[in-house]
Amino acid sequence: MNILVCVKQVPGSNNVEVDPVTGVLKRNGVQSKINPYDLYAIEAALSLVERYGGAVEAITMGPPQAKAVIEETICMGANRGTVLTDRKFAGADVLATAYTISQGIKKCGEYDLIICGKQTTDGDTAQVGAEVAEYLGIANVSNVLSVDEVSSGKLLLTAALDDKNVKLSVKLPALISMDSDVNTPRLPSYKTKKTLREEDVTFFTFDDLDDKDPSHYGLTGSATQVERIFPPEKNDTKHIISGDHAAKTEELYQLLRTKKMV
Amino acid sequence: MYNKINSDDISVLRSIVGDSEVLVGDSISEDYSHDELGDVKKMPDVLVRVHTTEEVSAVMKHAWARSIPVTVRGSGTGLVGAAVPIEGGILLETTKMNKILSLDKNNLSVTVQPGVLLMELAAFAEENDFLYPPDPGEKSATIGGNISTNAGGMRAVKYGVTRDYVRALTVVMPNGDILNLGATVAKNSSGYSLKDLIIGSEGTLAIICEAVLKLLPLPKVSVSLLVPFPDMKTAIEAVPKIIRSKIIPTAIEYMSRDTILFSESYLGKKFPDTKNDAYILLTFDGNSDAQVAADMNTVAELCLEIGAKDAYIVDTDERKKAVWSARGAFLEAIKASTTEMDECDVVVPVDKVDAFIKYTHELADELKIRIPSFGHAGDGNLHVYICRDELSESDWRSTLKLCFDRMYEKAESLGGLVSGEHGIGYAKKEFLKKQLGDAQILLMQGIKKVFDEKNILNPGKICF
Repeated sequence: MNILVCVKQVPGSNNVEVDPVTGVLKRNGVQSKINPYDLYAIEAALSLVERYGGAVEAITMGPPQAKAVIEETICMGANRGTVLTDRKFAGADVLATAYTISQGIKKCGEYDLIICGKQTTDGDTAQVGAEVAEYLGIANVSNVLSVDEVSSGKLLLTAALDDKNVKLSVKLPALISMDSDVNTPRLPSYKTKKTLREEDVTFFTFDDLDDKDPSHYGLTGSATQVERIFPPEKNDTKHIISGDHAAKTEELYQLLRTKKMV
Repeated sequence: MYNKINSDDISVLRSIVGDSEVLVGDSISEDYSHDELGDVKKMPDVLVRVHTTEEVSAVMKHAWARSIPVTVRGSGTGLVGAAVPIEGGILLETTKMNKILSLDKNNLSVTVQPGVLLMELAAFAEENDFLYPPDPGEKSATIGGNISTNAGGMRAVKYGVTRDYVRALTVVMPNGDILNLGATVAKNSSGYSLKDLIIGSEGTLAIICEAVLKLLPLPKVSVSLLVPFPDMKTAIEAVPKIIRSKIIPTAIEYMSRDTILFSESYLGKKFPDTKNDAYILLTFDGNSDAQVAADMNTVAELCLEIGAKDAYIVDTDERKKAVWSARGAFLEAIKASTTEMDECDVVVPVDKVDAFIKYTHELADELKIRIPSFGHAGDGNLHVYICRDELSESDWRSTLKLCFDRMYEKAESLGGLVSGEHGIGYAKKEFLKKQLGDAQILLMQGIKKVFDEKNILNPGKICF
C-alpha cells in the first residue's frame, strides 16, 4: 500500500516565547524540528509498510528550509517526499493550509492512505487533517490508536472517543490522524542520512498546482485572520493546605472536587 | 562503648529541632532501616530531621557529650548501606535542609544545602543558563549524598565527577564544631585539602551542611547517538577507539538488549530500537550545531567502520526522553526482574571494560546465575548486577560471595578499583580492605580518628 504522511516543521523548543509587544513568536535563534505528533504518524506508516509492503512518502508545506523535515522522515524510513513552498502560500489559516495541501497531494499521485499527526505544537488546532480529507473527498478518522488490519481495500482500526474506544472499518483511500503516544517512533538513521539525494525531495510551488486561483491560497484564501497573539496569563497562585492529616485530606479532596479533577 | 538513647536525650533533641522533627519507635518508617539496595538493615533509635547548620551542630554537641552514634541520611538512595545506622543511635535526616541559597554568576557557582535533590539543582542551573555537570542516574539523590560518595554519573567522560565541582564546604564536625573548608576560588594550594577528604567520605568524617558548587555555562547544543552493534564485544571494543579519535563525548554508555527489555517491561514503554544485541549511547555537546554535528559524524563513521549496524540520531527533546528515560530506569528495571539482587560498581581502565564484561558473562555461565550489566563505558565504571532469581537463601549467599570475590579479583587484576561511584559504605568494606591492604586501611583509620576520636559519626563504615 502507498501511504502519504503529512508533516510540519515547528519550533525546536516547546517553550517558544511570544513577544508581548508585537505578539509575534520569537523565532530568532530558535531551532526547528519535526512536529512531535507527526512522529507517531510516520511510525504508524512505516510499521504498516513493514507488514503489508508498499511505500511511504511525506509531504509538508512551509518555507524551503522545511526540506529538513522531509529529509528527517526519509532518515526514519520513508522513501521520498514533497515540500509545498511559495510566497503565495504564506499566512494561510487552517482552511487555506488544508486546501493547499490537498492540491499538493493531488499533484503527488495516488495514495491508499494518508496519515497525519493529531495536531501541531505551534498551531495546535488539530483541524488540518480532517479538512484535507474533506477537500479530497475521502473518509477521515481522528484520534486513531492503532491500525489493526488492512484487507480487501479496508482498514480496520481502533480510535479513541471521549470515554470509550471504537473499532472501525474504513474504506480506502482514507485519511487518519494518529493519537499521541500510540507507538514509539523509530529514530532517524545516520546511515540513511549519508545517502540522501537531491531528487529525494520534490518542491512544488503555486505554478505546479492545478488550481491557479491565488485567492484560494495563503492569507487571501484564509477564512480567519489572527488579530493578536499573546502569551497566556501565568497563574502562579499557590494554595497551601495545613492542619492535621484528616483536615488536610478533606480540604484536598474538596478542592479537587471543586476543580472537577475527581 | 556507646550510650543508649534515653528520654533525656529525646527531650534535648526535641528542644533543638522541635517536637515534630524527632521520631522514635514505631513512628519511624521501616524505610529508614535501609537504603536503596535494602540488604543492610538496622532501625535507628531516634530519627532527627534537621533544618539548619546550627541545629546539626547542637545535635552533634549533645551526641558527642553523650557518646551516641549518629548516621546521616539524605534521600536514602545509596547502594552500599552507608546511610544505615548499624549501631542504632541517631539517624540525622538532611532532606529538610533543601534550599538553594545563592547563585553567584560572577564566580560561576551555586551555594546549596545538602538536602537539595540533584534533579532540583540540575533544573535550577539550566533555568539560569548554567550546567551542573555531575549526572548520576539517581536524580532524586541529595547533593549531600552525591558529595559523600563522590558520585560520578554519565557525563564524567567529559566533565569529571562531583569532586571536580565542589569548591567549598561548610561542615559540622563530630564534636559539633562548625568549619568552613575550601573557598569560592578557582585555585587552592593552601595546605592539606580537608574539603577533599570530606568528599567521598560517606558521612564518616563530618556532616556536610552547605556546599559551594562550580557551574559551567550551559552548552547550547546537545545531541545523542544510539549506536547498535551485533554483539557486546564489538560494542565495547569501539569505546577505546572512540576515545583515541580525540573527540570527547559527554557520555558513553553501554547497554545490552536484555537490559533494555527489562526497562521496557518496567516502564511499560517501548524503546525506539531493540533489534540488536548491544548498544552504545553517546552524547555530544557544544555551542554550535556545526561543531556538534562534526563530532557526531566523526564518531558515527568510526562506529560504522568498527562494525556498528547504524547510528541513530537522538536530537529532539522527545527522542532524548524516549532513550534516556529508559537508561535512567535500568537499575529499577533489573531490580524488578528478580527476587533480590546485589551490585558491583567496579571501575577498570577504559581499555579493560571489554575484558571485564566478558568475564562477567563467563562467570554467569559458570555459576549458572544471571549477571546483567550496564554502565559508563567511557569512564570504565560498570554497574554489574547479580540476580538471585529462584536461588534458595543459602545458595544465594554462597553464590553471591563467590561471585563478588571473583569479580573484585578480576577487576584488581585489570588495574581497577572496588567502587567507581557508589562508595564502600558497609557492604563493600571487606573488598576494600582486601584490595588496599593494611597500610592504606590504617592510614584511613588514622584519618577517621583525627576527625572523630570517639568514633560516633557513621561508625562501622568504609575502613572499620
